[in-house]
Amino acid sequence: MALPYYVSPEQMMADKAEYAKKGIAKGRSIIAMEYADGVLLVADNPSASLHKISEMYDRMAFAGAGKYNEFEMLRKAGIRHADLKGYMYSREDVTAKSLANAYSQTIGTVFSNDPKPLEVEILVVEVGEGEKLNEIYRISFDGSIIDERGVAAIGGKAEALMAYLKNRWSTPSVSLKEALRLSIEALDTITSQKLGADVLEVAVLDRTRPGRTFRRITPTEIGSLLKVS
Amino acid sequence: MLFRDDDSGSSFYDFLLSKRPEASARFPHPIPQVQSHAQAPAALPPFPHGTTILAIRYQDGVLMAGDRQATEGFQVSGRRIEKVFKTDDHSTIAIAGAAGPAIELARLFQIELEHYEKLEGDILSCEGKANKLAQMVRGNLPMAFQGLVVIPIFAGYDLKRREGRIFKYDVTGGRYEEIEYYAVGSGGKDARDTMKPLYRRDLTEPQALKIAMEALYNAAEEDVGTGGPDFVRGIYPIAKVITEHGVRDVETPRIAEICTALIENRRERA
Repeated sequence: MALPYYVSPEQMMADKAEYAKKGIAKGRSIIAMEYADGVLLVADNPSASLHKISEMYDRMAFAGAGKYNEFEMLRKAGIRHADLKGYMYSREDVTAKSLANAYSQTIGTVFSNDPKPLEVEILVVEVGEGEKLNEIYRISFDGSIIDERGVAAIGGKAEALMAYLKNRWSTPSVSLKEALRLSIEALDTITSQKLGADVLEVAVLDRTRPGRTFRRITPTEIGSLLKVS
Repeated sequence: MLFRDDDSGSSFYDFLLSKRPEASARFPHPIPQVQSHAQAPAALPPFPHGTTILAIRYQDGVLMAGDRQATEGFQVSGRRIEKVFKTDDHSTIAIAGAAGPAIELARLFQIELEHYEKLEGDILSCEGKANKLAQMVRGNLPMAFQGLVVIPIFAGYDLKRREGRIFKYDVTGGRYEEIEYYAVGSGGKDARDTMKPLYRRDLTEPQALKIAMEALYNAAEEDVGTGGPDFVRGIYPIAKVITEHGVRDVETPRIAEICTALIENRRERA
């Protein structure tokens, strides 16, 4: 009987990580940024109907970069998890922390057990109620989870974007207009092209809204937000 | 594992039934009938019932209203319960029958619509919502055999047809559309009888509200289970309107004013 080739665990993990990273870097980027009334999400997405940003729960949103079928599966699972929890307990018991943990577990398990890792990077964002701080969790292909403050970027040239934004974003009290302008400027600079309102998917978690805080911002609205200076 | 479930579509109700049957509205499953010589089904101890609810179409959409009383046998078990619920931006549900499962049905239906909207990125059609509710009412059938009957009315604004629509249900999940008005619950017949001569096409919102309040008042007069306006505690029926612009609560002072005028009118006639 022929023995299977021996591959050291280090080598196997490194190969998987490299594979996943490559897949994610091929895609386009998404930015999450805190602003005065909540959290802004901006995705470079030429499709008007296939979303990368989605409502998750009353105060929570999801953004996924990488392979569409994979992050879409995660998105749906997250909504089921959140709705089930809200139904079994109460709406206020659904938290981004618990959701991010579930994502981390799932993605991490796939990374170590399955032959092919998930080529995804996701953001779970929660807007704080009243005085509570906003929460931004970034979860990578290997299940590692990073609690981001202020700004976060995933997919495509995420690292370059983060470097660009970290220097320019200063305070969570920026207006929506300024936050949107800075996000688009960052995407334009890093991809070295001019992105129009029609290739952007923009949404906010607006803490001033009662109940479900998620709201999509239409291309027309983006246009008028950017025009008035 | 948590996130590797086989796909149960975009329905939260189906998801709940498959994953947590013990927590769903269908539970408990029919209690096995105890063989007794008397052949009488084991009677449930008394439990609260929601009583009269109604819906009426008017020129901008639909108005839905309900009294506030829960009745347990010959006792009042609640004076402030709500029977009309907003389920999404363009629909509401009102419930009559066994209060526990009925309120649960309304809550589950609200989550159902939101769940679909989030998963699909689209809102269900008005017809789609009405059909889904029919399946959920049918799911309650085993409990109806035990005496826990739940009867909702669904009202929605159909954004495609640009009109308000009313759907009534029977205990088997039968779904029927009403084009004028409808009322159900223990005082349902009295409410319908009140609305019959007063209803006409193209009512304005104040007119529809007045008719609804009169119908509920008559139901409260004729039916012991239905609660009338309570001027001592300041409890009045609840009304919501469903139009193109969404679902809006009718403010309590406005309802109080109509109820006061109604009673003044009766006093003069007496």
